[in-house]
Amino acid sequence: MRHTLAVLVENNPGVLARVAGLFRRRGFNIESLTVGETEDPAVSRMTIVVEGDDRVLEQVTKQLRKLIEVLKVQDITKEEHVDRELVLVKVNAEPARRAEIIQIVEIFRAHIVDIGRKTLIVEVTGDEGKVRALVNALEPFGIRELVRTGKVAMLRGTKDIATNSKEAE
Amino acid sequence: MREPFLWVEYRVASKLEYLGECCLVITVGEALIRCLEKEGVELVFGYPGGAILPVYDALYNAKKIKHVLVRHEQGAVHAANGYARATGRVGVCFATSGPGATNLVSGIATAYMDSIPVVLFTGQVPTSQVGTDAFQEVDITGITMPITKHNFLVKEPATVPAVVKKAFYLARSGRPGPVLIDLPRDVSSAVIRFSYPEKVELKGYKPTYRGHPTQIAQAAKLIAKANRPVILAGGGVVSSGATPELVKLAETIAAPVACTLMGLGGFPGDHPFFLGMAGLHGTRYANLAITNADLLIGLGVRFADRVTGSPARFAPHAQIIHVDIDPAEIGKNVKPYLPIVGDVKQVLEALLPQVVKREGGEWLETIAGYKRDFPLTYNREEGFKPQYVIERLSSLTGGESIVVTDVGQHQMWVAQYYCFKYPRTLVTSGGLGCMGYGLPAAIGVKLGRPEKQVLLVSGDGSFQMMMPELGTLVEQGLDVKIFILNNRRLGMVRQLQEFYCDKRYSAVDFGFCPDFAALAGVYGIAGYTVETAAQFDGVVEDALAREGPVLVNCLIDPGENVLPMVLAGRGLDEAVS
Repeated sequence: MRHTLAVLVENNPGVLARVAGLFRRRGFNIESLTVGETEDPAVSRMTIVVEGDDRVLEQVTKQLRKLIEVLKVQDITKEEHVDRELVLVKVNAEPARRAEIIQIVEIFRAHIVDIGRKTLIVEVTGDEGKVRALVNALEPFGIRELVRTGKVAMLRGTKDIATNSKEAE
Repeated sequence: MREPFLWVEYRVASKLEYLGECCLVITVGEALIRCLEKEGVELVFGYPGGAILPVYDALYNAKKIKHVLVRHEQGAVHAANGYARATGRVGVCFATSGPGATNLVSGIATAYMDSIPVVLFTGQVPTSQVGTDAFQEVDITGITMPITKHNFLVKEPATVPAVVKKAFYLARSGRPGPVLIDLPRDVSSAVIRFSYPEKVELKGYKPTYRGHPTQIAQAAKLIAKANRPVILAGGGVVSSGATPELVKLAETIAAPVACTLMGLGGFPGDHPFFLGMAGLHGTRYANLAITNADLLIGLGVRFADRVTGSPARFAPHAQIIHVDIDPAEIGKNVKPYLPIVGDVKQVLEALLPQVVKREGGEWLETIAGYKRDFPLTYNREEGFKPQYVIERLSSLTGGESIVVTDVGQHQMWVAQYYCFKYPRTLVTSGGLGCMGYGLPAAIGVKLGRPEKQVLLVSGDGSFQMMMPELGTLVEQGLDVKIFILNNRRLGMVRQLQEFYCDKRYSAVDFGFCPDFAALAGVYGIAGYTVETAAQFDGVVEDALAREGPVLVNCLIDPGENVLPMVLAGRGLDEAVS
């Protein structure tokens, strides 16, 4: 099963290498990992999507918590949360076919952010299902390049990923 | 390239002494020495080099710190490890950049696997050259990330005192382990205003020492209900100093106690409840007790593969209570019925008042039956047996010595046949199984506990790995009694090939082996060679009694195997003996 982990870490050089090294060394598979600064510049937040059963996930979270620079680890898969990914797709677009593409883009509430002589770049933000559907719809035109940020996620409502307790399960 | 001039600046800087009451302006190298003094460090093991010159220059004036110059950096970290195990204090180690740092790696991994507190300082090329593949540059923080509890590459000179404080705190608290600090040369020669922080701030590090009260109460209930309880004591008992509490628990609930290799000494070896070592080369009765127990209390253990055999067949009838300070060990190898995260000593202190006294009754009789029917034994009739050597050493020293071992068959014979009565009297590389550990570790042990008799039991293979440290031993005037169980081959590997490779012995026989007694002579150490039990008996008392280091080369029966042995994939009760 796929799990989404929200991980708060100290914003130090090398902390990404520690987290990535841990996944490699323990044989855990990362599906995606995003990282960036939070509202507190001393703290970075990672969203890690990892594949594994409950036993694997228990080890992943415990080993992550063991890292000195990791402040908080929470598996939010089963919690109410919002997740988003931003994807840029460069698609073949001869002038004759552009209208068709623009129509698809509008349906998905995506954006066109660049127009070349024979290409368009489409920017889409959304959850996994929406992104997959749009990519499928663009496929027939010929996708030249695709880049994705990986998933970011946040709990709904007033629940936060607080930095104060590392040990709480 | 202003680097050559840094040295001059540094020299001038070191003349700047007190500028005021609270404003000490010194180099980072000097600050480092002061930090070590504040941490109570008296002994440093190391090997100098270019990138760590500013630290060594500061050491020149240090009055409270003794530096032991080793012959190879791996010797320094093993010695620091031995010192830490024997004394319970933090071992400290210096090495230079590049090869100095990489030579530490096996030793760091050894300390990491056995949870030994060691703080290591490595020199690094100046920050301006980091990443350029400069001379003697290596990414030691990258290399040691998975084998340290934490490590630091310091780029900001003013942070060094705080980093050192953190390093010592991390190394000795929670589950102990090695911590490395990499110091670029411009950082260690920079000038800072020195003050040593009182407190450590680590937001993401809060070890749990006290067990959860509900879980402890539940443990007391499980114990009260159990009919066949067994305690398995690991290295955590030794490092938390929980021996008195363990003895009290065992006696109150009438539970026999088996130890892991790292746990030996944590429970008195001469106690009637002692079952010896459990696991692959454990006693049959320890392994049978675990297999037939209905309650297994694991204290400060990680249920390593050497202890469990096939995990599916491990303690099949038992509810397992697992007490460990590291939450990541809970459920990693064996699924416990009741986990308790905490320091073993503190958990036992909380548990003991709640435990109801039990009578041993039938279960202790069953255990006595195991001991009678499946004793630990060997063929005493033929040949010069290694087990005999260990038995003699055990009875002659009365378990009062500290025994250091290397890795291999001799290590297992020591674990089986030496009676360890006190914690911190067995010093051995458990988790990593690092050959070459013994001699340098013995140096650290003797320096840390000069009042104790220190024995090193090694093998001809292991001893040759770190043999140059004989120079350090003699230079430091250390009275270590060395016994080499010499079978002229890599006995443990040969044994594995006998069982698993159909006796196809591949690369396990030494075509040449030096005369170790003669070698000892070259270093000015008294050397003996013995080929029979009678010869051994003739020299051993003299060897133990005489002043100064001694090497006894014991040419033992080369065909002897370590038995019992649980073959791969088998349960603990299926040992070959």
